[in-house]
Amino acid sequence: MATATLPVTERENYLNKEYGIRSWLFTIDHKRIALLYLLSVTFFFFIGGLFALLIRLELLTPAGDLVQADTYNKLFTMHGMVMVFFFLIPVVPATLGNFLVPIMIGAKDLAFPRINLMSWYLYVIGGILIMHCMLTGGVDTGWTFYTPYSTAFTNTKIIEAGLAVFVAGFSSIFTGLNFIVTVHRMRAPGMTWGRLPLFIWANYATSIIMILGTPVVAITIILVAAERLFHLGIFDPKLGGDPLLFQHLFWFYSHPAVYIMILPSMGIISEIITCFSRKRIFGYKFVALSSVAIAVLGFLVWAHHMFVAGMSVYAALIFSFLSYMVAVPSAIKVFNWTATMYKGSISYTTPMLYAFGFLGLFTIGGLTGLFLASLGIDVHVTDTYFVVAHFHYIMVGGVLMGYLGGMHFWWPKISGRMYPEGWGRLAALIVFIGFNLTFFPQFILGYVGMPRRYWQYSPEFQVLNVLSTAGSTILGVGYLLPMIYFLWSMRYGKQAPDNPWNAAGLEWKTSSPPTTFNFDETPVVDFEAYDYENIKDTDDDGGAH
Amino acid sequence: MVYNFPLWPDRASAMAGNVDALYIFLLVVSGLMSALIFTLVLVFAARFRKRPGHEAEQIEGSLPLELTWSIIPMGVFLVVFVWGAVLYFQERTPPQGAMEVYVVAKQWMWKLEHPEGQREINSLHVPVGRDVKLIMTSQDVIHSFYVPAFRIKQDVLPGRYTVAWFRATRPGTYHLFCAEYCGTQHSLMGGEVVVMEPSQYAAWLSGGNSGQPLTVTGQRLFAELGCSTCHRSDTQGRGPNLVGVFGRQVLLEDGRTLTADENYLRESIVSPGSKVVSGFKPIMPTFQGMVSDEQLNALVAYVKSLSQPASKSVAAAGTQPQTQQVQ
Amino acid sequence: MSDSPAVTAHNPELRHHFADMAQQKDAASLGMWLFLVTEIMFFGGMFCAYLIYRLQHFNDFAAASQSLDITLGAINTAVLIGSSLTVVLAVNAAQRGKRKLLVFYLVATIVLGCTFLGIKAKEYTQKFEEHHVPGPTFHFIPTRMAGHPEQPPIDERHAEMFFSLYFVMTGMHAVHMIIGVGLFSVLTFQSWKGRYSAGYYTPIENAGLYWHFVDVVWIYLFPLLYLISLHG
Repeated sequence: MATATLPVTERENYLNKEYGIRSWLFTIDHKRIALLYLLSVTFFFFIGGLFALLIRLELLTPAGDLVQADTYNKLFTMHGMVMVFFFLIPVVPATLGNFLVPIMIGAKDLAFPRINLMSWYLYVIGGILIMHCMLTGGVDTGWTFYTPYSTAFTNTKIIEAGLAVFVAGFSSIFTGLNFIVTVHRMRAPGMTWGRLPLFIWANYATSIIMILGTPVVAITIILVAAERLFHLGIFDPKLGGDPLLFQHLFWFYSHPAVYIMILPSMGIISEIITCFSRKRIFGYKFVALSSVAIAVLGFLVWAHHMFVAGMSVYAALIFSFLSYMVAVPSAIKVFNWTATMYKGSISYTTPMLYAFGFLGLFTIGGLTGLFLASLGIDVHVTDTYFVVAHFHYIMVGGVLMGYLGGMHFWWPKISGRMYPEGWGRLAALIVFIGFNLTFFPQFILGYVGMPRRYWQYSPEFQVLNVLSTAGSTILGVGYLLPMIYFLWSMRYGKQAPDNPWNAAGLEWKTSSPPTTFNFDETPVVDFEAYDYENIKDTDDDGGAH
Repeated sequence: MVYNFPLWPDRASAMAGNVDALYIFLLVVSGLMSALIFTLVLVFAARFRKRPGHEAEQIEGSLPLELTWSIIPMGVFLVVFVWGAVLYFQERTPPQGAMEVYVVAKQWMWKLEHPEGQREINSLHVPVGRDVKLIMTSQDVIHSFYVPAFRIKQDVLPGRYTVAWFRATRPGTYHLFCAEYCGTQHSLMGGEVVVMEPSQYAAWLSGGNSGQPLTVTGQRLFAELGCSTCHRSDTQGRGPNLVGVFGRQVLLEDGRTLTADENYLRESIVSPGSKVVSGFKPIMPTFQGMVSDEQLNALVAYVKSLSQPASKSVAAAGTQPQTQQVQ
Repeated sequence: MSDSPAVTAHNPELRHHFADMAQQKDAASLGMWLFLVTEIMFFGGMFCAYLIYRLQHFNDFAAASQSLDITLGAINTAVLIGSSLTVVLAVNAAQRGKRKLLVFYLVATIVLGCTFLGIKAKEYTQKFEEHHVPGPTFHFIPTRMAGHPEQPPIDERHAEMFFSLYFVMTGMHAVHMIIGVGLFSVLTFQSWKGRYSAGYYTPIENAGLYWHFVDVVWIYLFPLLYLISLHG
């Protein structure tokens, strides 16, 4: 049945041009590297997810009965480290970004294809290190590595974990550098800054954060490692050092890192909502520049993680104020997306369902951020499950919904096959329900006062924890489904046309899947972004004619 | 499973109501905002769904609208910011004359010492209606003192003091948690805060193993360590006269001025060369490693007592037992 | 020029995804500058830590700084500035297509770089013998400062922090020097083989940028670490 749908001679594309493991491991084609990333990032997603499920199972009962305290501490640490450094940060830029950035601007490849391949190898080396670290004992400091616990007290594998993060960090530095140079120097004729797709703007802003922030966490990790290895005293209070300095340096990267994660997903949402509303984006300039504004302001709010850490009151005031300012561009984006739907012609495809989900969850995640930015309330809810719920709404509800939406949107382009639409919609629904059931109760838990990173807890918190654990199993099913049907579709899926959604954008003007150099000849751009006015929507369900 | 199943924490301190008020305000504001966005998304999705005979209408954007949805949220944010900041100021400013409890955190227990010398582990007894100021330090890693019913939380750092305060308003027993991850038994590093009627509290204080008042312990140490040879209560000492120094502005040798708070007193004992008072020679040796955190607390409490006119009598009264102990 | 792809396509160094050599060169130098920005942030973290502590414990830091060998530090500064000069001359030689001159200046740079590292190693050895390396064996007795009869007693712990920062900062700088020397060794070999010409010398130029950056870091490190007490 499968072979029957195949044409006798398939067009040459980046997937069938060469075969064999060498043609993949030594490829410098950005599309193949994107697929390598897709594989490795998915692997780490399921590793991190497994830890999450174990954490939720342990928290089913107030007593610490499933695993020991030490094991539990390692579980949440490794969950955080794997998900943050090996999944959320690379997930969109390194997969969809890698695949689409050159195509969307009409280039043959990224500016530095070999550095791009090196980025992937660095990621893999970091990944092997972290796997080895986990298998031989793991780390129990929390992904935040707070000193002096990490430098002087724990006897777990800090150095190895730090090295893994350090190496993976360089992978993301080089990805960011590659994107910035590519966007500056490789645009096709006519592709002005004002015509760039918003996904490009978002990845550009993310890249700025990657190259400015990541080196700071790299040196911070080196200092922690030096303190452990060589007994240097940088943060050690015994020598008069200041553990708060570590927190400042750490959050100087790790807060902007949140924007590394969310911005590319925001870019995806702009692409999806315009396509399935058949409309230009409402307020292109505001959406584009708000990405840059978030990248810049995002660097000025790091200490809002430290309101109860012993900082001065005045510093706290400034950081609280700036945190509210960074919320403004995010609000602008949400309003513009909503306005884009106004008077559109909206179809409920799977990517669009994920975009709806993103709007809902990101709104809740963003609004609860207002609670945390408020000094008076933060004192009560910081380091509780309120924070846990908040950042999962942004990182899972936001980043992952955007990523899954994007994967469905561009899957025909990447694989040349259509995914099963019915299953897609079902999975989107399951993810949405499972997510809310998992994380909404945690807001309440947090305000009632359950601290985070607790292995045992007081019995009155149990009901909400049971709800959360129940939700997490539903969520797990929701994430497994797409993986299964994507794999299925690679063999049995319908052959994808070049432009299945009748979407705007250069990536839809080339074949599905694209050829190795993306375009047969360099495209010339003489239209604005999201030019849906001039693209006929010739779908089977009627249309205007 | 008939546990009680609270959806709201107990409200047992003067701050709690204020924090809840802002929280409820934010719940309403964000509820309205999300309701607005969800309704718009759903209404648009339904009304402008793709159907025969319906085509999208291209709209470029609208500057007035962009400004509206930038400026209105910003205004709301500013209100919340100011409101939250006011609360934070209250939370971070302990009132004068509060009862002072010294807290030493270590993996994985809380050690508390009352001004009267009563020591507790993992539980804190306080009278209702009285301001309580916590002066906290850690012996090892960072911990965080968290009482949800009071809506207070403050990280506790090694090598310095951090301060929190509360005024309990309702008798009862409330959770005390460590909220900053501190190692294996982090989730077990908790206890309770017992709020009692003043009379009960007085009874509790007088019963049990009451030690010496902290200031007395401090005064004894002050003499034993030889501090009093230089820090004399006249102007002849080689070190500054410490009477009345706490809470005052101090001019330093390098021209800076600072307020002599608990952290300054502490630093001057463990690292005396760092901030030398103007007009004195930097000759004091460090006591780093020679005094424990508890002894430091006692010394600090004693030096502070020299600045409280009301407690001068305490200090004076303490002279008697002190001579007895030395012998 | 750019509208003559037939001419530029002949350059064997033009990679497939660029339209012409000019675009390729632009991309490479923008990439290098961005990389240097990340390096600034990398060292920035350490400078930030250093400046905060130095502000807090100025006296102790000044006393600890006294024990560093200013003469050796100054010689090293001169060596590095000299190496920056040879790098500029190397790039110039490459631009003019003078192969032998290019190799000569590259070798000179490597020699100067190694001289710097050698002197640094000697300083480290001294520190090790004086027990100024942080750790259990650390021990610090301040030398008398001229004109400061009333010298405050030094908090040894803060001196240990100074040396911690000293070793981390100069150590990271030395690692960058070693990478630079390695880079220039490869370039020297390739230049000898005649890979670079007046039409294509981007790697030499970019390696030069890197080397200048490493020099500039030292230009900041030297006064900050060695010359504290002179302006204290």
